[in-house]
Amino acid sequence: MADKLKFAFLLAGGCAGCEMSLVDISEKLVDALEHLEVVFWAPTVADVKYKDLEAMPDKSIDLAFVDGMIRNSENEHMVKVLRDKAKILVAFGACATLGSIAGMANMHTKEELFKQAYQDTFSTDNPDGVYPTPEYLLDGKYDLTIPEFLPEVKVIDEVVPVEYYVGGCPPHPDFVAAAVEAVIAGNLPPASGKAVCDVCERNPRNQGTDRFLVEEVYRTSEKAPEDGVCLLQQGIICFGPFTQGDCGCSCPKVGIPCRGCGGPIPGVKDYGARAMSAIGSILGSEEAVEQLMQKYPVLAKFYYRYSLPSSLIERKKRAIKKG
Amino acid sequence: MEFKPNIVGFACHWCTYAGADLAGSLRLKYPPSIKLIRVPCSGRIEPEYIIQALANGADGVLVGGCHFGDCHYKDGNYKTARRMKQVEEMIKELGVEPGRFRWEWISGSEGQKFAEVVTEFTETLKELGPNPLKGGN
Repeated sequence: MADKLKFAFLLAGGCAGCEMSLVDISEKLVDALEHLEVVFWAPTVADVKYKDLEAMPDKSIDLAFVDGMIRNSENEHMVKVLRDKAKILVAFGACATLGSIAGMANMHTKEELFKQAYQDTFSTDNPDGVYPTPEYLLDGKYDLTIPEFLPEVKVIDEVVPVEYYVGGCPPHPDFVAAAVEAVIAGNLPPASGKAVCDVCERNPRNQGTDRFLVEEVYRTSEKAPEDGVCLLQQGIICFGPFTQGDCGCSCPKVGIPCRGCGGPIPGVKDYGARAMSAIGSILGSEEAVEQLMQKYPVLAKFYYRYSLPSSLIERKKRAIKKG
Repeated sequence: MEFKPNIVGFACHWCTYAGADLAGSLRLKYPPSIKLIRVPCSGRIEPEYIIQALANGADGVLVGGCHFGDCHYKDGNYKTARRMKQVEEMIKELGVEPGRFRWEWISGSEGQKFAEVVTEFTETLKELGPNPLKGGN
């Protein structure tokens, strides 16, 4: 048998949901292991240490996936190390490609975030107001360090070049399997370019009926969606028209509006702005726009839910800070 | 040196662009700060263009379209209104000064209004100073 493909998987600042998705492909992963040798899968699955990765020769890994965003100095360092060791680097999942949910933290200062996380949350008991610090001297003799919390969330391709992107929060197990198979076969197809609406059974076009403008906006908690009818037409704001539909439209299928974790369809430079454009033209009146702005009081967090760190203005702000 | 703002203007072919033309024919004076981009309809102006202009360092962005009822394509400017209202709000949340973005209905006969808007907008931008997102490309 030919040499096995050397495979690595790194969790940067994510929630390990993407790892779960990879594990969820179950038997196919076992089949894939005939072709893959997992040389590094940390810090979640395999018992390899960061120093083992650092000791590997450059470009010795054939295929590396990285999931999660750059949140602290450890993430940034490890992504750079992995880049040096890997021939092909894949940004895997919404965090790695767009910045995702945690990316919304860029609208707040570090102080606000720490206060919320270590003081104000209901389940937190922190009477002395102790916050994490990068260095701490325990008992006057143990010098402890933890990675430094960076001022903002960055996406992977801001730190190192990336060959491929896989969207989704997490990527659906089926298309994880497809991606792994395609990489092994050396046959990566271009992105389909099909939007979620393209593959949605609720789409009026797919049903041969006409669209009409929306006069009333509802949040998901305010209305139970009707089966078989487009969510947008029911006033439930769905991001299907401009989101990559390789997920097979799994959310709208079960009555949950799309929130854009698949990332933008090709040709979109700024996800949130495009989202606003499409939603703006679907709403039928200025009153409907007012209603939307009232029900979603922070528009930037609504439209850039999965993509704030990768928006044009955010990227530019950081580029200028860097100088 | 005095700061000269750089305004990117998106003007609809049927109204605002004709208005700018009229301002020229009437020999009206207004600062040379605006660079006009003609589009078929203000409904064609994607919020993406505005965001991109600001991210690339434009000091201000002006969007001009026809008054309600005047749109050559009937309802293009209604779409503009539904989008621009949100653009105003969102760029503020993203940390851009609200004064850097302005949208106006200027008809083909309102050359005077066009000159006034550009003069006023330029003054506002002079007070705001250069766009902090300038440079670094």
